[in-house]
Amino acid sequence: MESATFKVWRGDQEGGDFETYDVDLEPGYVVLDAIHKIQAEQATDLACRWNCKAGKCGSCSAEVNGSPRLMCMTRVEDVAGDGPITVEPMRAFPVLKDLVTDVSWNYEVKAAIQQVTPREPDFEDGSWEMNQYDVERPQEFRKCIECFLCQNVCHVLRDHQMHAEFAGPRHFVFAAQAEMNPIDVGDRVAHLRDDMGIGYCNITKCCTTVCPENISITDNAIIPLKERVVDRSYDPLAKLMGAVFGSEKG
Amino acid sequence: MSVYQEFEHDVLVIGAGGAGLRAAIEAAAAGVNVGLVCKSLLGKAHTVMAEGGMAASMGNVDERDGWKTHFADTMRGGQYLNSWRMAELHAKESPVRARELEGWGALFDRTPDGKILQRNFGGHKYPRLAHVGDRTGLEMIRTLQDHGIHQGMDVHMEVTVTRLLKDGERCVGAFGYDREQGRFRIFKAKAVVLATGGLGRAFLVTSNSWEGTGDGHSLGYHAGAELRDMEFIQFHPTGMIWPPSVRGILVTEGVRGEGGILKNNKGERFMFDDIPPLYVDQTADNPEEGWRYVTGDREARRPPELLTRDHVARKIVKEVQEGRGSPHGGAFLDIAWIKEHIKDSEAHIKKKLPSMYHQFKELAGIDITKEQMEVGPTTHYAMGGIAVDPDTQMTTTVPGLFAAGEVGGGLHGANRLGGNSLSDLVVFGQRAGEYAAKFAKDNPDYSVSEEEIKEAAVEALAPLERGVTALNPFQLQLELQTMMQSKVGIAREEEGLTEAVGSIREISGQIADVGAGGNRWYNPGWHTALDMKHLLTVSEAIALSARERKESRGAHSRLDHPDKDMAWSTFNHVVRKGSDGEMVVERQDIPQILPELQAIIEEEG
Repeated sequence: MESATFKVWRGDQEGGDFETYDVDLEPGYVVLDAIHKIQAEQATDLACRWNCKAGKCGSCSAEVNGSPRLMCMTRVEDVAGDGPITVEPMRAFPVLKDLVTDVSWNYEVKAAIQQVTPREPDFEDGSWEMNQYDVERPQEFRKCIECFLCQNVCHVLRDHQMHAEFAGPRHFVFAAQAEMNPIDVGDRVAHLRDDMGIGYCNITKCCTTVCPENISITDNAIIPLKERVVDRSYDPLAKLMGAVFGSEKG
Repeated sequence: MSVYQEFEHDVLVIGAGGAGLRAAIEAAAAGVNVGLVCKSLLGKAHTVMAEGGMAASMGNVDERDGWKTHFADTMRGGQYLNSWRMAELHAKESPVRARELEGWGALFDRTPDGKILQRNFGGHKYPRLAHVGDRTGLEMIRTLQDHGIHQGMDVHMEVTVTRLLKDGERCVGAFGYDREQGRFRIFKAKAVVLATGGLGRAFLVTSNSWEGTGDGHSLGYHAGAELRDMEFIQFHPTGMIWPPSVRGILVTEGVRGEGGILKNNKGERFMFDDIPPLYVDQTADNPEEGWRYVTGDREARRPPELLTRDHVARKIVKEVQEGRGSPHGGAFLDIAWIKEHIKDSEAHIKKKLPSMYHQFKELAGIDITKEQMEVGPTTHYAMGGIAVDPDTQMTTTVPGLFAAGEVGGGLHGANRLGGNSLSDLVVFGQRAGEYAAKFAKDNPDYSVSEEEIKEAAVEALAPLERGVTALNPFQLQLELQTMMQSKVGIAREEEGLTEAVGSIREISGQIADVGAGGNRWYNPGWHTALDMKHLLTVSEAIALSARERKESRGAHSRLDHPDKDMAWSTFNHVVRKGSDGEMVVERQDIPQILPELQAIIEEEG
């Protein structure tokens, strides 16, 4: 493959359209290489975010041929078909310009979640004893690179636009890493239920499918958190005890 | 007529990687108002790319380790051009800074008895690097970010600073623009911390992201700060080299720490050939001993693949030059071979080096559990940086201006040991934050010059006002990078360096002709045109310092002066702006080391 045709969405909040660019390819080209080449040679004001170009920073999220991907980890030869390759911004967030979207809402949602709250240190030097088995579970969630592709495909956000009621998969993963941190004594159950709207997730696993870090978002983060919420809030025996002996936690 | 958005902070931190975040957290803890400027989104800074780990002599894996050994290792690695005081503080304080991260949510890999696990790395005598697989930088930046946002600081995301503001000698703020709409922002501040990271984008092949354009080095220099040790650029020995699209992407030293070996196209393990005298006593002389070392035998010496990065990079170049390179001009890095020793090596490699497995699988179509990787040197890190007071991190010549992390100079001397960067960020980030807050409290009164702001605005708008011109900013950047790669890269000589200085000045002259089309909204062409000033400033500082140093030492290799010369071991090169605006390089004597520290170096051999 020596060249490819790209249709890149150009525009802003007012609207926009696809523009067509022909790009000469070099071996191993990823979609981000092609975008950079268009920038350098044909459209110096083409806006896109990127940093590491190695799948580690989660900046260059976009929709390539309609599927959500990191542009830096998508080989052109893997997405090339008969027609042009389309590249457009993530559709669950307001567009700023071209491929760049306004993801600031994610930062607000995260800031409202209780951070890891450690118990007293185990040793005099201020450290804790934790074993590998116990840290591995939250370590999976800490692989998250905050590309927000999971947020982009979640139908509660993308189709129903419930950003005010629902925090989205990224933030359940974030809450899960804190909840499952072995030294954490925080409590996020009420927040998960009342503010983050975890109940709206109907476990269709779209988020898990697109995660470039292969985090089992639904099975390992969301479902266990849902169980915590249910155990606390809807256990009939606990509810009865709470009614009789005073309010329960959460 | 420009419209400005104005912000006032006690302490302004420019840069939001590990050092900037740690400085901001410390300043906020001191009770002052803190502003944190990120060139990208929060959490995306280059720290995220760090892989192998954070050096801290906690002695969790080998109790013989301690700050004295770490100090001696750092000085030896830096060929004794380091600031010995910074090396001392760094070695003493990194364990505290590592443990503190766990209280903020970090989860390092563990030893069998539940402590922070530590791994082997080049130039470190004992297993010393706290790590999380091969994504330690992500763990560090996320921890600092998630803690930082609860400490009451204002975060300015996607804002680029183009100039520092001065009140007489003192730094009192910064001028910049937001990427989103191109609006100008004025930050007035009682103290400013530069934590802008590196300058790898001055070269063609680099592991650095678009942000690494030497902004802080250049902002500091133009504001009157001194740059030191600028000739020392670390070319990391193992970057990806094939396919072309991935050229420069880092392959962690952790691969070698876990037993990976380097081979030439004849299958020879060439690193055994030539072991530098400083390291002969510490280095294994056969493969069997090397393997014992990486699997934890305390009596074994480390394999030559774990010699310092400058040496390994030069050895790979030599193999290529002498016709024994890999097909695309590098060497082979092989971790798959450990199947000879480890039963389920495939699962082991995926567990220890998950990102590397993923990176090669996705981008190069190579399964590192079965095949060898092709690697070669990539521009990775600037040892040189802004000259600072070792204790406070305040610049030596500009009151109120501090620098920490890669943009600061001194800790690493002529070559940085792997793992000493993440620890550098938090040790000196913390110190910069503490002393910047103190400075802000002690020096509340200042004024900002309207004239200077107007000047900065005119300068920033110039490329846009020229519109599309024959000279495209990306082309000019590429021209500079290509020239720097060939003339100021891993092998240097007088003639090439002189030509480089000439080219840099020529390209600087062309800046006035670079234009950018489009409007002020999120316009990469415009931003690239503005970054060129910084790239040219640091390129000139590197080329001039490299031309002055007529010897080979650490990361600086001169083909015309191939040997180390003891006469060059008593001073550092310092770059500053002369009274006529020309860049000047001077020698500055290294302060006499304290006898007790000298004794440690001798004892640790």
